[in-house]
Order: sequence, then C-alpha cells, then structure tokens
Amino acid sequence: MIEFHLEKRTGVAPYMQLVQQVKQALRLGLLKPGDQLPTVREVVSKIAINPNTVFKAYRELEHEGLVESRPGLGTFVQKSLANSSDPDLQEALRHELRRWLYKAFEAGLESEDITALFADTLRQLQKGDKPSLT
Amino acid sequence: MDRGKVVSNALHAQQLGKRYGAHWALRNCNIQLPRGCIAGLVGNNGAGKTTLLHLAAGLLRPSTGSIEMLGTPSHNMAMLLPHIGFVAQECSLYRQFTVSETLIAGRKLNPAWDESLARSLVDRFKLPLKQTIGKLSGGQQALVAIIMALAKDPELLLLDEPFSNIDPLAKHEIGKVIMELAFERSLTILISSHVLADLEALCDYLIILAASQVRLADSIEHIMEQHKLLIGPSESFDAIATAYPVIQASHTGRQSTVLLRTDEAVSHPAWEQQDLALETVVLAYLATQESSWEAHASSILPSFQKEVFS
Repeated sequence: MIEFHLEKRTGVAPYMQLVQQVKQALRLGLLKPGDQLPTVREVVSKIAINPNTVFKAYRELEHEGLVESRPGLGTFVQKSLANSSDPDLQEALRHELRRWLYKAFEAGLESEDITALFADTLRQLQKGDKPSLT
Repeated sequence: MDRGKVVSNALHAQQLGKRYGAHWALRNCNIQLPRGCIAGLVGNNGAGKTTLLHLAAGLLRPSTGSIEMLGTPSHNMAMLLPHIGFVAQECSLYRQFTVSETLIAGRKLNPAWDESLARSLVDRFKLPLKQTIGKLSGGQQALVAIIMALAKDPELLLLDEPFSNIDPLAKHEIGKVIMELAFERSLTILISSHVLADLEALCDYLIILAASQVRLADSIEHIMEQHKLLIGPSESFDAIATAYPVIQASHTGRQSTVLLRTDEAVSHPAWEQQDLALETVVLAYLATQESSWEAHASSILPSFQKEVFS
C-alpha cells in the first residue's frame, strides 16, 4: 500500500501532492489495479492532513478514472499508468537521459537547475513549439 | 434572516471590533465559518489574531458589532462553555497541579468529559502523570492544554498559536491528533499561527488578518481558484490592471508580475499564468496592508512584494 508524505514549502498544494504521489506510484508500478488506497482515517492519522484534502485528492483521482471508490469498502486502483512501451526503448531513453544528466552536472548545474530546465523545455514542447533537434 | 442558515455557522462575526483606548485591536471584522471547517487564522504578530480568538472564547466583550458561536452570542458563556474548547497561547494550566490532578480537575469541571480519550492521549504522548505541569517542557505543557480542550468533547475548538514553542515532532503529532478527531467528531476548528506552513495542510479555510482587519476569509479551494499569478510585458500592464482587480504587482524592467483576484478565467495573449502557491497569496495580502500602513516597510521587502497600486 502507498504511504503518503507531505512536503511543506514546496508551493504544491497538499491535495495535489497526494494526487501526484498516487500517479507516480502508478507509473512506477508500485500501485496496480485492484490495490487499495489507504482510508482517509489512515492518511489523516499518519501525515496530519485535513480530511477534506484527502477526500479532494481521491475525488480528483476518481474523476481521472484512475481509482474507484466502493462505498463501505474503500478506494481501489482501477487503472495503471505504468508505461507499456517497449522496455528496450525505455532503457535506451534512460541511458540517454543519464548521459545528458552527467553532462549537465559536469557543466555545473545543480539538481534544481536541471529540474527547472527540464520543466521549462517540456512546457515549451507542450505549447507546440517545435523541438529543435540539432 | 433564515434561521437554519445562521445555525449552520460555527462562528459568525458581524462588524466585530475591539478597541483599547484609541487603539483598535480588531475592527470591521465580518466572518462566517461553516460548521465542520478547519480554519487557519494567519497574520503577523499584533495583527489581531489573539483578540479575535479571545472574543470568540467569550473572554472579551466586543466594542462594536457582534460575534455568535454555534448560533449563540459569545457573551452568553454559560450556554457556550461546554461546547467550546479553547487553548490560550500562554497555556492556562495550574502549574502546581500534576498531570493526573489536571485531568481530575477536567473531569470534575466538564460535564461531557471524555476520560478514555484523555487517558489514551496522555499515554500516546508518554506524559508523566505524576509530574507537575510547571516541570513539563513547553511542548508537553502545550500537549496537556490541547488534551484538556479535546477531552471536553467540544463542537468548536479554538487554538491560539498552538505550535509556537514546540518541537517539530510534537507539532506533527498534535496535528495528527487534531485531524483524527476532526474527522471522527466533525469538529469545527479555528487555529492561529504566524507560520502558514504549519497550517496549510491542516486547514480548508483561511482567514488573513493584517493591521487589525480581515483581509481575506474564504475556503482555501476558492482562494486558489480565484487568485491568478501572471507574468507579462509591462507595457500592457494597464490593460490587465483596468480589467481585473490587482492585489499586488511588481515591475522589473520590461516585465511585470501581477496577482489578480477574479472568478473569471483570465486570458491575454501576452500574459502567461504561473503556478500559484497559497503562501504567495498570503504574503501579498500581508504585504499590501503593511506598506499602506507603514510606508517604510516596502523598502525592506523583496522586490516581488513591493507593490504598485493601480
């Protein structure tokens, strides 16, 4: 079962942190369809969070079709986000990413610089800017 | 007024004010806290947080306006007392009593005293029953005060700066206990702190106080929907500022950053909406008040917080 944690001062709303943690676990295959999410009571007594915030996170996940709430039983994973693409391709991408990260560290970038650069580039791509492949 | 609606508020302040001589500790305060909400009360030291909580607890009489708790005016304390748990900042326990004697006093003084809850919390936090309150650490004293308030089995819990003077672990533990009980007993909670980070995860409602006035009181969900942070060219700042209410704006060279408050979706080709943190909104409200209140304050604030009023 997933264990939630809360980071203060990240600027990310607490409910969004929970949503992201479930999605991350789904992507990594740590949560699989049929798995149960902790009850609101369990989350509240583990990480000192407003119960309504947990409800809100679960509602959001349900809205996205990732989990299903079964009244009286709990909330269960419905869909996996684990990448189903070719494992060899994934490994190749990971390899390339490692090399790129190594270059970035060599150039003196810190983790936060890299995250910012990555997020910014991703945003540009999603906005429809053509990737410049040189 | 619709009676059902009034009673559905755990706290209802109307034009509430408290004056000491020429100084207003709180004024023009209008708040309606829905039952079952967990409200954070933030503001700098001296902003009026304690005054508001003392008015709510019936420890002070309003100079102006009124405050009702659970549908009953707060000066009618005889009726309200059993239903309200109040933990003062300077935790008001008898220092010569042992923990055990404090619990006995609680049991004798409160008709709805929940002995098993009190005992289980004392066990959980490993509080020494035979120790006198005065010899406990600040964190332990705060814990005892909170346990006393919770064991009254109140409908409404008022906590004044419960997290100051206690270590991060105890802070987390207290947060957990309060959230558990809020969930199990649908408590309404009003909790003050000058550290937003302590409150953000606990609360679903927020009251921002600055210079003795309420700057914002709303559900956190609506606050986050309503406020928008945009970055764009300074040349079109006026267009944005005339179209939407500006809470705060800063200008650096050709670029402007602006915080808007509007329920409408804001779309302007040159302006890009940024991710917004609750802390940014809170700081903006605390800062706007300060600079108009104390002009030199703006010179010591970071550049983003230097605001230009449109």
